[in-house]
Amino acid sequence: MARRQRTALVSSLRRRKTGNVVMLALTYIAALLATLPLVFILFHLLRQGASTLTPDFFTNMPRPVGEAGGGMSNAIVGTLILIAIACAIGLPVGVGAGLYLAEKRAGALAMTVRFLSDVLNGLPSIVLGIFAWQFLVRPFGRFSALAGGIALGAMMIPLVTRTTEEMIRLVPNSLREAALALGYPRWRTSMSVILRTALPGIVTGALVAVARIAGETAPLLFTAFGNQFWSTSLDEPIAALPLQIFAYAISPYDEWHAQAWAGALVLIVIVLIISLAARHVTRARFGSATD
Amino acid sequence: MIAEEIEDSPRKPCLAARELSAFFGRSRVVSNVTIDFRDREVTAIIGPSGCGKSTLLRCLNRMHETAPGATVSGTVTLDSTDIYAPGADPIAVRRHIGMVFQRPTPFPTMSISDNVTAGLKILGRKAPRGKDAEDIVEGALRHAGLWEEVKDRLGESAIALSGGQQQRLCIARALAIRPRVILLDEPTASLDPLSSQKVEELVYQLKQDIAVVIVTHNLQQAARVSDRTAFLLLGDLIENAPTNTLFTAPADPRTEAYITGRFG
Amino acid sequence: MILAGVAPGDRVYQLAITAFALVVPALLVLIAIAIGVAAWPAFATAGLSFITSSEWNVQAGKFGAAPAIYGTLVSSFIALLLATPLAVGVAIFLSEIAPKWLRQPVAFLVDLLAAIPSVVYGLWGIFFLVPMLREHVVPFLRDTLHLGSTPLFSGPAYGPSMLAAGVILAIMALPYISAVTREVLLAVPRSQRDAALALGATKWEMIWDAVIPYARSGIIGGIILGLGRALGETMAVTMVIGNRPEISASLLAPGYTMASLIANEFTEATSDLHLSALMAVGAVLFTITLIVNAIARWLVWRVASGPRS
Ligand SMILES: Nc1ncnc2c1ncn2[C@@H]1O[C@H](COP(=O)(O)OP(=O)(O)O)[C@@H](O)[C@H]1O
Ligand SMILES: [Mg+2]
Repeated sequence: MARRQRTALVSSLRRRKTGNVVMLALTYIAALLATLPLVFILFHLLRQGASTLTPDFFTNMPRPVGEAGGGMSNAIVGTLILIAIACAIGLPVGVGAGLYLAEKRAGALAMTVRFLSDVLNGLPSIVLGIFAWQFLVRPFGRFSALAGGIALGAMMIPLVTRTTEEMIRLVPNSLREAALALGYPRWRTSMSVILRTALPGIVTGALVAVARIAGETAPLLFTAFGNQFWSTSLDEPIAALPLQIFAYAISPYDEWHAQAWAGALVLIVIVLIISLAARHVTRARFGSATD
Repeated sequence: MIAEEIEDSPRKPCLAARELSAFFGRSRVVSNVTIDFRDREVTAIIGPSGCGKSTLLRCLNRMHETAPGATVSGTVTLDSTDIYAPGADPIAVRRHIGMVFQRPTPFPTMSISDNVTAGLKILGRKAPRGKDAEDIVEGALRHAGLWEEVKDRLGESAIALSGGQQQRLCIARALAIRPRVILLDEPTASLDPLSSQKVEELVYQLKQDIAVVIVTHNLQQAARVSDRTAFLLLGDLIENAPTNTLFTAPADPRTEAYITGRFG
Repeated sequence: MILAGVAPGDRVYQLAITAFALVVPALLVLIAIAIGVAAWPAFATAGLSFITSSEWNVQAGKFGAAPAIYGTLVSSFIALLLATPLAVGVAIFLSEIAPKWLRQPVAFLVDLLAAIPSVVYGLWGIFFLVPMLREHVVPFLRDTLHLGSTPLFSGPAYGPSMLAAGVILAIMALPYISAVTREVLLAVPRSQRDAALALGATKWEMIWDAVIPYARSGIIGGIILGLGRALGETMAVTMVIGNRPEISASLLAPGYTMASLIANEFTEATSDLHLSALMAVGAVLFTITLIVNAIARWLVWRVASGPRS
């Protein structure tokens, strides 16, 4: 009897151990499968895009169908302009709102704003495009760089808000007190001590936000709209790298497909550089520990 | 005018609390404290942990009100001016009454010399520059006994300094704006014995010019550095007397119990 | 008086940061108003049939968004079905199992998936994913697994399809789900793990019986967050789903989603009613994602703010 029980125990233990090994192995497979798409995508981008990516691509304008070559100089510049407008809106508002959240912590308005900014962060980007179109395109009767930049800036706000808040919370309260005890006004304490100390983290957050909006297409479809010609004017339609990639990708022409791949490669390199820069800034912060 | 007053009567109280109470929300942590702090004297505040020493200290330069839900009643006067009067600006108050905390708080993004002048920079266009600023840095660091140790690396980050050096840097930073009074909240609690000794020597230097209030839970330290000692228990000021008297012949049995319990 | 001196800066500062904070709710309200106002004519004309009818005929002025709503839900469902086990597996791997040196790089690679712009996913989808599904995966499903007779995998497989949209959405949602899951797993206290191990649990039993239950609502929050991403994703889906407003049982048939419907027809819309109908689609999408996100945030927040009572 006792012996039977023991054998049962042993065999169940063996089964449990096998189950353990199988499940642990499955997580390794999950990790492998999850990293595969990235490898595939980067591989295809390099293979398809690299050959079209000549210096001309950065300096030339798009060419009509049938003519080989040409580039996306206007779209590259357009994307940079859109990012600049977005930063001009998203950074001050996001940092300001983040300061408010860090200062008011559990206040009713702070709790509401914190929750709503998370909700805003999850809204589809195309919804922000509709918003910008309704208020900034429809009334004026034309697409504009400004409308596109504002749509992107609105996307940045919740991202910057939340990272700013988190980074400010990492600044020890004793520093705030030290500044106040020196006779710093509150605003000055926030600006030259708290924000200054949290700066590397906030820069990281801002870079992550920029990386995210740099490749956004949907909110630009009916705001910035895209432009085949050179334009840097803020109240006219403007070209953007993601819009151009989209237009070329769904076209039936092989030359344009090649251009789309090259554009995608440029876009991804921009995004990766910004992402890596963000990680580098974070590393620098942790490298020189405060305490 | 202020300088004349100092010349006239060096022992006149420069900072005085009357019926001072401090609250966190509804709970009262300092009750009806009346006490004078005199120029060129060191006053020590002692008492068991949590009795309200820090809170009392923070009421003296209006730092208490920076905590959420914190309120104050009663009056505090600096040279006969009520620092809690409706027209008084807490920021101006804090520039006359400096404060140093238990843990050193150098600004991590600033160099050593920028830390010293941090309190001056907010004067904007009136802030001293160039040679003037250098003189102030040297003066404050000398005053704090740190000059010789850091004069060759004024441009380096302040967080590279040792704990004791950081604390003296914070004292130098508080001195650079020439306060009338300096409040020290357990300034040596986080330091090693050698650094503590240096800070104690510094306290002795400080009282040559200004009033010093020091909170400490180290009774020997209170006995060593202070001219007067105040004993606080559960928010009440039990006894306030010349240090010698308080430690040798305490008037209140609770004071005696506390100091003998600690010494014994 | 020596103590006088006012700091107008502090008032300005308080006002400024409060104003900046108010931008967030204001933005949401403005978005709701923008969409609501623009969508109203279509809702008023079509009534309830706007979400029940599957006839989307611009020339006839008939606007039934059912196929787009159906396509949005189905493609997102496929995405979650594929992404959840992978994402949770990766998160477990990264927080419990992987050797230290492997954690950083794998986490970085998975996080990078979230950084790839959706138009790049779409490009890759058109030229690689769709052909690969058509030439390898669909034959495998039909001939090897004999699923061709089920309605799900019947009919011709041209290429762009609901399945392709689901797969690409799965890849895109994966980093979001795994990031949140990893975060909540790391928030599970050591003591929970020790308690399970002390009872003689194997490592996997510890994970499955102690760690996962503790983090459950946070993981569900992460999955719902991924769902929010998938529901609103526009470009990549538009490029691979085929954009046909029909409801088909087969996953190999083309479909439509709300976001891709708006993206495709918006700039071509000439009649006011058509424009309004697209806005109404936006309104439905906005409402769904708003609810989904609110639920997800609430669940994640509940885990982050301490153990459940
Ligand atoms: N921010 C705060 N909120 C509420 N109560 C506090 C706060 N800070 C201190 N207290 C309470 O006030 C009392 C006095 O604290 P404190 O002045 O710091 O004491 P001490 O410095 O003598 O150790 C203590 O009972 C403490 O718990
Ligand atoms: Mg204290």
